[in-house]
Amino acid sequence: MKFTLSWLKDHLDTAASVDEISAKLTSIGLEVEAVDDPGKALGAFIVGHVLEAEKHPNADRLKLCKVSTGTETLQVVCGAPNARAGLKVVLARPGDVIPESGEKLKKGKIRDVESQGMMCSTRELKLGDDHDGIIELPGSAVVGAPVTSVLKIDPVIEINLTPNRVDALGVRGVARDLAAAGLGTLKPFNDAPVKGTFPASRKIAMRLPAEQTHKCPQFAGRTVKGVKNGPSPAWLQDRLKAIGLRPVSALVDITQYLNIDLGRPLHAFDDAKLKGDVGPRLATQGETVAALNGKTYTLDADMVVIADDAAAVGIGGIMGGEPTSVGDSTTTIFIESALFDPANIAATGRKLEINSDARYCFERGVDPASAVPGVEIATRMVLELCGGEASELVVGGAQPPAFKPVAFDPNRVAKLGGVTVADAEIKSILERLGFKVVTGSPWQVTPPSWRGDVTVWQDLVEEVLRIHGYDNIKAVPMPRPVMQKPALNAKQRLVGIVRRTLAARGLNETVTWSFLSKDHAALFADGAVVVPLANPISADLDVLRPSAIPNLISGAGRNAARGLHDSNLFEIGPRFEGFKPGEQTLLAAGVRSGHTSPRHWADMRRPVDALDAKADALGVLEAAGVSASGIQTGAGAKDGAPGWLHPGRSGVLKQGNQVLAWFGEVHPRVLLALDVKGPLVAFEVALDRIPEAKKKGNGTARPLLKASPYQPVERDFAFVLNANVSAEAVLKAVRNAERDLITNIGLFDVYEGPNVGAGKKSIAITVTLQSKDATLTDEQIEAVAKKIVAAVEKATGGVLRG
Amino acid sequence: MSEIDQLRGEVLAAVNAATDVPALEEARVEALGKKGRVTGLMKNLGTMSPDERKVFGQLLNALKTEIETAISAQRAKLDTAALDAKLASETMDVTLPIRPETKGSLHPISQTIDEMAAIFGAMGFTIAEGPDVEDDFHNFTALNFPPGHPAREMHDTFFLPPDQEGNRYLLRTHTSPVQIRTMLNEKPPIRVIIPGRTYRCDYDMTHTPMFHQIEGLVIDTETNMAHLKGCLQEFVRMFFGVDDLTVRFRPSFFPFTEPSAEMDIGCSRAGGELKIGNYGDWLEILGCGMVHPNVLKACNLDPEVYQGFAFGMGVERVAMLKYGIPDLRTFFESDLRWLKHYGFAALDVPSLTSGLSGGGLNR
Repeated sequence: MKFTLSWLKDHLDTAASVDEISAKLTSIGLEVEAVDDPGKALGAFIVGHVLEAEKHPNADRLKLCKVSTGTETLQVVCGAPNARAGLKVVLARPGDVIPESGEKLKKGKIRDVESQGMMCSTRELKLGDDHDGIIELPGSAVVGAPVTSVLKIDPVIEINLTPNRVDALGVRGVARDLAAAGLGTLKPFNDAPVKGTFPASRKIAMRLPAEQTHKCPQFAGRTVKGVKNGPSPAWLQDRLKAIGLRPVSALVDITQYLNIDLGRPLHAFDDAKLKGDVGPRLATQGETVAALNGKTYTLDADMVVIADDAAAVGIGGIMGGEPTSVGDSTTTIFIESALFDPANIAATGRKLEINSDARYCFERGVDPASAVPGVEIATRMVLELCGGEASELVVGGAQPPAFKPVAFDPNRVAKLGGVTVADAEIKSILERLGFKVVTGSPWQVTPPSWRGDVTVWQDLVEEVLRIHGYDNIKAVPMPRPVMQKPALNAKQRLVGIVRRTLAARGLNETVTWSFLSKDHAALFADGAVVVPLANPISADLDVLRPSAIPNLISGAGRNAARGLHDSNLFEIGPRFEGFKPGEQTLLAAGVRSGHTSPRHWADMRRPVDALDAKADALGVLEAAGVSASGIQTGAGAKDGAPGWLHPGRSGVLKQGNQVLAWFGEVHPRVLLALDVKGPLVAFEVALDRIPEAKKKGNGTARPLLKASPYQPVERDFAFVLNANVSAEAVLKAVRNAERDLITNIGLFDVYEGPNVGAGKKSIAITVTLQSKDATLTDEQIEAVAKKIVAAVEKATGGVLRG
Repeated sequence: MSEIDQLRGEVLAAVNAATDVPALEEARVEALGKKGRVTGLMKNLGTMSPDERKVFGQLLNALKTEIETAISAQRAKLDTAALDAKLASETMDVTLPIRPETKGSLHPISQTIDEMAAIFGAMGFTIAEGPDVEDDFHNFTALNFPPGHPAREMHDTFFLPPDQEGNRYLLRTHTSPVQIRTMLNEKPPIRVIIPGRTYRCDYDMTHTPMFHQIEGLVIDTETNMAHLKGCLQEFVRMFFGVDDLTVRFRPSFFPFTEPSAEMDIGCSRAGGELKIGNYGDWLEILGCGMVHPNVLKACNLDPEVYQGFAFGMGVERVAMLKYGIPDLRTFFESDLRWLKHYGFAALDVPSLTSGLSGGGLNR
């Protein structure tokens, strides 16, 4: 909300400067968003006295003036029609920055005559729109004095009101809070009843159904006849304009003004246009109201309207109706001041998309005791500005009961707030804020009608602390554990290691949306449920992702479009598998596209292939502590690789029956649908499926290293096999052929071609043999070799290549 | 005797004159080989009288040793010369670019969360996590959001369609539901930080539909606002690396805390550039407060016994501030140039022992 300094001072007797006031406002929780103080820019400007004003020798419309600064006389060329001898003016001298242009004034020649200063208009000083002439200061202004001491400069303060602070919806509430914080005294305020001289023109008709009376518990009003509407006085218009409101007419401006002044929305009907009794009722479904903003709204049956006997004449608590509004010809008005249910006003305002000052107040919660005083204050102001005669007050419904006292132990201020405030000061602060305090054990503290937000003792602690000052709470370090325990649990630690392992493997971590388009999701759903959003932000982000890969592929595609064809991206994040909390799996996912390296003088580069993705997935598993010897590779769709991977160039990594990861070339049809060029390979590791490390009996100790002192020997074997036999089958056969002596198996050649015949391939392996007990003899080595050949033949049908 | 002196002179001359290994070998054979001159004299020793043999034998042995020493010295000289000659012919262009090595990187969000974990870990916090899909109770009701609160509207919050049982779940709008899960599952004292993905229906210059928050929660019987101030003051000073960074707490409002505060840190905006430090201006950094009694009650904790604080901040926002990243939306674009520029090296693990992150990879 916005208000001006002079407006605040109507309610607050203070000598504090704008800076002091804004600092205090922020410190008590009324955060100052902006202070617009035109005076700040005018510090150097002084009162000048025009001694002479002659015609400019070279220009008919310009004048040549002699202007006294009090210490010297300057020659000033001026084009203003009202520049004349004897006038006190706002004088800018060379070096002064003109607020309108933002530029420094320089001495200059105008039509060959030197001008040593400038006499300013309202617009040039950004004090208003007037540019018809220069500002005429009162004759009493002291020549040479700063103009800020003479001009009426009214800084505008804007505060960012938190939704709980219903008490500060009006300028008076802000003043009350400042007074409580010791920045002045709250001035008295006249809300006494205005004596009515005749019965009101109509009665209040409370037409809400009994179970919904909370939507408008009280409705007060009165007739004022013989009013004269017209423009409101300048001071009122100035204030409205200063805070960005548009003056309309005296009667409308009074209600606009009091809404800001007191946080009390009011409405004035043209009494002649009302028919019969007036009051709140539920709208009928589809009922329309032509509102003051020129738009017609269609209401539903949850909404409250203000209605007379014939029709709805306003949207309750939000906006009045156009047909019954006051105009220049209005002579009798009916002033309305009512209470509405915040939740219902918020819902109605949202549904109708109306942002009015009245809605702003009512949806936060207007002072429940303000309906009747609101009418009285408005009446007094109408009589003052528009004349007329007031009727007796009419009231429907009743003011809600006063708030219940809150039991309060003042020691809680220190216990919760961490600062000691004397009981007397606690009591004083609460009383300055309008609370009624009955000391005892515990205290009974009754919130004033404008503090509906205070319901528990913690609220009272906040009241005391914010007025006492958060700055006065001395920061105390958290008591520390003597020795810090790890902040991460085993799973979190694992995720961190995986993340840094992938980065160390040359992949760049990215973060992509948890959502994507349902078209993309369909490509990756693989038969699983895809979870849609009921209210997506856009059509291309309308479902939760069933995989992290599509967003990574899109990322690789965007990079390719920028000329970066070799993408290596990874992400650690969830995939979503169901509608309920927890139906998600944490994945480490990555893609590599293009080539494994840039073109280079020394190395032949190659396109990425499925084994690059397998290497990443294995790297993740190994970093996560899964022993490589316990991992089996399954090949292709038949072993459970997802359908979005190439059926023949993909696989899964399993530990027992548990699939931990899948990898491979992305299916060309998927790439086509995503409009991204291959080659592109991808992997996902389901981090949630990695078993937790088992606690062993000997704790952190590793099994004893049994390094043999005897000479290892290597033997190479080449087998001719059917082309469809997997390398894994061969390696497994070799591994199982001799468990004690084989310490390492390497696969160093794969050949398919004329030398082995069609449908065949050759696989060459090297086997390292070493005994723990003695140097191997030729006979022992030969025996192992025979076992290996036999095992491979038995398992795969492969024969030793001759 | 003179015979030996002459022999010595001739043999040593031949050894020292040898310019390559074969020549040296030839000289050796001529002196010490089976038919060599020294060997020949050795053979004659047998014909001499014992006294003569003794004297002559000693002289011959000394000569033999002298020749062998001269040969190895000459051999070393020749080897050195040969290696020098070989090295002189071997060169490579070491200005050639090295073979490609691909460097990966960590996203600034991950690094920032790791930094925060290091700082709060030292204060005795552990890390708690929770699901992205949440229910109304954990995301709103238990956090004291009244019915009809604007945050509960489709306008602000992503909802899933109702499931078969008619339950309507949502994407968590903050990490605070994990506070509730933690308080329901663990007994105080509680000290946790909660990083994670969060979601709101907003997409413009300064908002993305997904972003990250980190939340803190402390519950015990003693922790008060002075600790809240101390904890967060220490955090921002350590995180931004400004030891005396000024902080300011302002009263504010959140449904789930009472009293509530917003925390500002010192900054400068001079010349349109934001700098963190004690320059007289203020920058809002996070929201915090003492956990609201209704929240404690929703978690079956008695607010007359238990108390504590909570705070929350945007991870991207503090990462932007610390690392000078200008645009929020770029965090989620997977632009390799951005990831490499603003990312962090795999081994740059933040810790209070070795220090938090300094600049990026491209220092």
